[in-house]
Amino acid sequence: MTTEAPTNRQRARRILGSSLLTLVAVVVVACGPSDSTSNDSGTSLAGSLTVSAAASLQGAFTDIEVAFEKAHPRLNVTVNFGASPTLAQQIIDAAPVDVFASADEATMEKVADEKLLNGAPTIFATNSLEIIVRKGNPSKITSLTDLSTSRLLYVTCAPEVPIGKYAGQVLQKAALTVRPASFEPDVKGIVAKVASGEADAGIVYATDINATKGAAEGVVIPPNANITAEYPIARISTSANSAAAQAWIAFVTSNEGRAILRGYGFGTP
Amino acid sequence: MNQLRSTRKRSVGLRRPPVAIIAIAAIAIAFFMLPFIGLLWRVPWSDAWSLFTTTSSLTALRLSLETSLWATGLSILFGVPLAWVLARFGFPGRRIVRALCLLSLVLPPVVGGVALFAAYGRRGLLGDSLFELFGVRLPFSTAGVVLAQTFIAMPFLVLTVEAALRGLDQRAEDAARTLGASRWYAFRRVTLPAIRPALIAGAVLAWARALGEFGATITFAGNFPGRTQTMPLSVYLALESNPGQALVLSVVMIAISFGVLLSLRDQWLGGSTTPRTSR
Repeated sequence: MTTEAPTNRQRARRILGSSLLTLVAVVVVACGPSDSTSNDSGTSLAGSLTVSAAASLQGAFTDIEVAFEKAHPRLNVTVNFGASPTLAQQIIDAAPVDVFASADEATMEKVADEKLLNGAPTIFATNSLEIIVRKGNPSKITSLTDLSTSRLLYVTCAPEVPIGKYAGQVLQKAALTVRPASFEPDVKGIVAKVASGEADAGIVYATDINATKGAAEGVVIPPNANITAEYPIARISTSANSAAAQAWIAFVTSNEGRAILRGYGFGTP
Repeated sequence: MNQLRSTRKRSVGLRRPPVAIIAIAAIAIAFFMLPFIGLLWRVPWSDAWSLFTTTSSLTALRLSLETSLWATGLSILFGVPLAWVLARFGFPGRRIVRALCLLSLVLPPVVGGVALFAAYGRRGLLGDSLFELFGVRLPFSTAGVVLAQTFIAMPFLVLTVEAALRGLDQRAEDAARTLGASRWYAFRRVTLPAIRPALIAGAVLAWARALGEFGATITFAGNFPGRTQTMPLSVYLALESNPGQALVLSVVMIAISFGVLLSLRDQWLGGSTTPRTSR
């Protein structure tokens, strides 16, 4: 059997095998070193970049980080999400941050007051507010007025947190007094309490309801009663990687960045 | 012990202070002290009194003291019998029960808060029955704070007391019983005095843990001034709006805890550990 010349099938298998090997080798060679060298000619950005961003930007900025790192493979980007005032305080306390994206201008102003901004902030996104209710809207909330029902558990944030301030403004505009059950530390706390059914309602960013992927629903607040939150972004003056910070802001405000933001429910100016 | 002492006296070389160990220990001491020194250094002392006497600070302090004392009381009430059962009765699955009861010791407190929701929350296992039977809603209430603190703090007491009960010579209890003492009398007059140091140490540890509880509280009980906003929550939130107040509150918390730890006599924390000062 072995002395016979190889059959056609054996020969075909051998050819296929060796060509597969060649293909793998070519791919490895092509992707390995040339990947970084070819991209290197496009960007000289390297090192690390730390972005501090408002909690409501989590989904959008996570996607932007992936896209941005693809364009700048030698750059190691870390995005740190939290309540804007917490992030601002960290920056004032000399946290090594290169870019700050805040959910309101007042918080950005606090950082600017400490002379920690490099250039003026840019408004890169807008967000509107909605009433968040649990899936299926079991409490049958249809308007802001329903929030003042005494048996309802309404949760919000302290007025120092942007969403707490905005929610207060919306209720004030509608001349409603609502007694909150809790002042959560950030907007994610409101979403978690309502989505889990421990609280009945809260006022959050429209984008936050998008991010629950169906665990919670939004009740639209009409434009005349609503508030548009403007998100500023700026470079931090103590940044060790100012070029990368600049590139991040350029990417966020580029068509690609804006498309990602809109995908998460933000408005883009 | 005597033998050891005489050995030390004989070999002078052994009495020389081990420089390397002392140096490392000094680093450890500095590691613990520096944050507190830093805190004291940053406190705006000129406004400290006015920041401390604001209504929000005093409300949080009062609530913290009340809830942590309640949590300590509940921990003793339920923790001592639990420790007793774990130490004395060999029932099947005891190791599993012990691990379950001590789980909240190692759990991230936020996870503890989520688990409390699953049990006592509005949509939890017992949430509805609690409301129908007693008309109480634990989330967002002061009782919820006490529950969260007890959940996190009780294991400290159980661990300490159980260890003491295990180390106890049971024959003293048996003797009391043969002499006609009731089980309760023997526990009260023989066992309890013997484990008192451990009980006090465990209670203080549990109390300190309850006082500092943050994660489970903010998850389960939320944050509302006067109702669920304890000192740690107040510090965390003031950090954003009023860092000066946060620093003052931190110092007050540290002072309270430090004072209690300091007032604990060494013998309460496990025998005569007072170091000999004479060389």
